Amino acid sequence: MNEVASQVEAPAGVNLPIYMDNQATSPLDPRVLEAMMPYLTSKFGNAASRNHSFGWEAEKAVDTAREQVAKLIGATAKEIVFTSGATESDNLAIKGIAEMYRERGNHIVTQVTEHKAVLDTCKRLEKYGYRVTYLPVKADGVIDLEDLKRAIDEKTILVTIMAANNEIGVLQPIREIGWLCHEKGVLFHSDAVQAIGKAPFHVIDDYVDVASISAHKIYGPKGVGALYVRRRNPRVQIAAQIDGGGHERGMRSGTLNVPGIVGLGKACEIALAEMDTEAAYLRGLRDRLEARIEADLDFVHVNGSMEHRLPGNLNMSFLYVEGESLLMGINDVAVSSGSACTSATLEPSYVLKALGLGDDVAHSSIRFGLGRFNTEAEVDYVAARVVSIVRHLRELSPLYEMVKEGIDLTKVEWQAH
Amino acid sequence: MAYSDKVVDHYNHPRNVGTLDKNAAEVGTGLVGAPECGDVMRLQIRVNPETQVIEEAKFKTFGCGSAIASSSLATEWIRGRTVDDALAIRNTDIVKELSLPPVKIHCSVLAEDAIRAAIGDWRKKNGVADAAPGSAAK
Repeated sequence: MNEVASQVEAPAGVNLPIYMDNQATSPLDPRVLEAMMPYLTSKFGNAASRNHSFGWEAEKAVDTAREQVAKLIGATAKEIVFTSGATESDNLAIKGIAEMYRERGNHIVTQVTEHKAVLDTCKRLEKYGYRVTYLPVKADGVIDLEDLKRAIDEKTILVTIMAANNEIGVLQPIREIGWLCHEKGVLFHSDAVQAIGKAPFHVIDDYVDVASISAHKIYGPKGVGALYVRRRNPRVQIAAQIDGGGHERGMRSGTLNVPGIVGLGKACEIALAEMDTEAAYLRGLRDRLEARIEADLDFVHVNGSMEHRLPGNLNMSFLYVEGESLLMGINDVAVSSGSACTSATLEPSYVLKALGLGDDVAHSSIRFGLGRFNTEAEVDYVAARVVSIVRHLRELSPLYEMVKEGIDLTKVEWQAH
Repeated sequence: MAYSDKVVDHYNHPRNVGTLDKNAAEVGTGLVGAPECGDVMRLQIRVNPETQVIEEAKFKTFGCGSAIASSSLATEWIRGRTVDDALAIRNTDIVKELSLPPVKIHCSVLAEDAIRAAIGDWRKKNGVADAAPGSAAK
């Protein structure tokens, strides 16, 4: 039992632990599970079996899911390729385009706060002779379109820029980027994992040529995702990265994960129907959480634009308190930190550093990821817990004491270790 | 990451949190680490000039739970010891007592550094020479 934590009682109706890390993954919606169940049990057929009813019913289910995914993003069913998830989708998009368009050019443009699935794929391509431009972001986390304009040259074949960031929830100006790429005749891929179902994302209106999608960020199952590949104006070609039976029109071989695909389809259907009301609900919860924390604590800092942001994301730094120790104090609330101590690499968040924030601010950051199943009572409890723990840790913090005494921490000669 | 019971106990009930007057002659202050590294420890001691016994030890730490526990434990251990005895504390002793995993060993190193820095500051203030070579060699 955490005794510091127990200074704040969980009210009736709030069950612990509370899950508030929905940008990492989201719980499976019961309606999605219900849709999947038959395909995990009696309807186990291989969607590629063409000569019996087991195969036919599996294929039919996949076709339905393809329609559901396509509809959410304004695509057609034939433009959807199912994959094992967004990391595979990002790899397939970037490597597949790089390989297919090698004759046309070898230059790719991306930006510094992309997910590692994009950044590390680009880094690998650099080893194979491709040239990659990593655009900076402004202090609010948004790229400068003028930088993008300048970066595109006659050798550019692809621009890959995410729709929404996973750590700070910041939305990039997808439509402006898409239009610019369209005008310049450069393909535009967007890792849309965090945005779809949460913020407007439409492949026609936004001039997106290729887009990565994941099921488990939108209350679907893990291990399944999709890649949208435009078929008209322009028709995008992608070199397969996994060879085999020629599934998914040769773009992605491998027996289809039918229950997963059914789940992805159902999750997209629900997202389309409920996005507007859900976005308003999440924005309300998020703003309430921020207001409650800011009312009771000094030296808190929101990381990234609040204007261009996913409704369910709040990324805050609690200055002079280290993130992991904060997580330890709120151990019945699941959130994430950009602190180095919480990462495998012992490096603080590269996303926060890209905003120009110091390592000390990154070390003090917490990401709250609000989702469909969070409640107002949970938000109030989490806010009270955070306030209580931050106060406790600031009592322990030599930095907080020094700042309160008027010492400028940047002028202190620290012994880095 | 799972924390040992002792780390959790020190985190919830940190011992000897506080501030001593850094300008007092009998007080030594050690401030180690850096904000951008994610941990800063300040350890202070009040030493009896006659006996060289550390009569009071206080700390404040910015850092993870293991860093807080390491410095809290350090204040417990050095209180009542002579400065020479306090210098015999090794980071490995802290690792063992708190069952720190390899990734947290640097927290114990920082605590040992903080003890040395506080004693060094006190010695400098009071013109006390280092003990016999070897006993406090770094």
